Amino acid sequence: MVNEELHELYQAVILDHNKRPRNYGAPDVYTHSAEGYNPLCGDKVSVFVTLEDGRIEKIGFESAACAICKASASMMTEALSGESMQAVEKTADKIRNLLLSETDASIDLESEGEWAALAGVRKFPARIKCALLPWQTLLNIKRRTSNFEH
Amino acid sequence: MSLTKQFDYQRVRADFPILSTEVRGKPLTYLDSAATSQKPLSVIETIDQYYRLENSNIHRGVHYLSEQATDAYEVTRTKVANFIGTTDADEVVFVRGATEGINLIAQGFVESVFQPGDEILITHMEHHANIVPWQIAAQKTGAVLKVVPVDDQGVLDMDAFEALLTEKTRIVSVVHVSNALGTINPVKTIVEKAHALNVPVLVDGAQSAPHMPVSVRDLGCDFFVFSGHKVCGPTGIGVLWGKREWLERLPPYQSGGDMIEQVDFEGTTYKGIPGKFEAGTPHIEGVIGLGAALDYLTGLDREGALQHETALLDRATEQLSAIEGVRIIGTAPGKASVISFLMGDVHPHDIGTFLDADGVAVRAGHHCVQPLLKRFGVPATARASFAFYNDFDDVERLVEAVRKMKQFF
Repeated sequence: MVNEELHELYQAVILDHNKRPRNYGAPDVYTHSAEGYNPLCGDKVSVFVTLEDGRIEKIGFESAACAICKASASMMTEALSGESMQAVEKTADKIRNLLLSETDASIDLESEGEWAALAGVRKFPARIKCALLPWQTLLNIKRRTSNFEH
Repeated sequence: MSLTKQFDYQRVRADFPILSTEVRGKPLTYLDSAATSQKPLSVIETIDQYYRLENSNIHRGVHYLSEQATDAYEVTRTKVANFIGTTDADEVVFVRGATEGINLIAQGFVESVFQPGDEILITHMEHHANIVPWQIAAQKTGAVLKVVPVDDQGVLDMDAFEALLTEKTRIVSVVHVSNALGTINPVKTIVEKAHALNVPVLVDGAQSAPHMPVSVRDLGCDFFVFSGHKVCGPTGIGVLWGKREWLERLPPYQSGGDMIEQVDFEGTTYKGIPGKFEAGTPHIEGVIGLGAALDYLTGLDREGALQHETALLDRATEQLSAIEGVRIIGTAPGKASVISFLMGDVHPHDIGTFLDADGVAVRAGHHCVQPLLKRFGVPATARASFAFYNDFDDVERLVEAVRKMKQFF
């Protein structure tokens, strides 16, 4: 028997994204990319985006990382495809708030979308960084692009 | 009464209070001793008693407590010397750990040995602590870092070692037992070959000192370092042992109080060895705790402990290998009680979290040997390491948890 907290951490949707990551692989053409690295464990994520008029036209990733990190990256690409770079910051904030919230705070999966499945990570403080790594990597692209704009 | 006495690991387990605790509602299965060992009650009580009854600064005090503390501190030097098979306590320098021991030597060589074009020889299976200090030393002096390759089993390529060892080599620095692979390196042979060219050898004993009886005299090495916390002692204390002629030749490491003979604004003279390497108030509690740890270990049947660890390793290796999808990294013959493994395409972090839910503590990650894991084509592994206080139930719980995980992912 696998305990409840593990089931919550590795929900079906997380396992599915880990096994069949969406938007995986470096595209032939992209306008921006960034690499995220967790020196504590060696997890590595590369994010590739094609920006058009401040919108994410295409987004993909590659990783050598754990299930949590990989699933988080995969869900991120699905959630943000076609979104504006402003939306990136907003969604990333939501994720951070979710992961750092009280472990018993309830999450409305219906309204939040698939990535809310990451809520199970809250009970595993050592793994929060894994879930955040892809989002931080994408935010680095955003920071670089807004520097260009200024 | 039987003449061949079995190592009584059940009795030994009772010496370690933490081993009877529970984590996450399960009995603790501690398989991370290569990261740090657990502490026997005698070490915990010695430190407690030091602060309750003996706390005082050492050297220069003329009062009762200071004399007591100084004695306890200095007697540990002799215990350390005996523990590593030698007698001259002056050759024992207290440092923060194996890492600081290597840094001390690397820095000493920067100041008084290395010239541009000199070569430093290490191996592909070194811990970052035995790579980075030499990289920095090379950058500072124009010396060149050379690396002995490792084969697919995790065994050093000794032909390559001989080819890389030249008249330009100024030091060989090699790990005794690999923390990630468990490989036990032929240090004695390495020393013989290096000495034939007058090259000194530093042995990183962080993993060997806890695992097997070590004699620096028998190894013949010039420097030997190990960490207190891996030999059942406290963190923050470790040992650099060096041959007298080398320690006398090297300059002081840090400077300040306690390492001097006389200070004058016109100039300062330093203490002899080992004092010149120990500036400031040292980690007195750590040294005294280390002394208790070495007392504990030398009171054990160490050969029996080694055989017991090997029996645990063999059982775990056999049972893990029988699980389809498990791949063990590091299969050198006669290795120490460490198993680095992968399970299908499950990432080692997920393995670590999964096993932890069953109270099984293993390490997951790069184990501070990134170049080595790169050589094996993996970014990380899960690592189970066994100490003499583990038992066969621990092996069973590990194997059971891995089986369960296989079904889950």
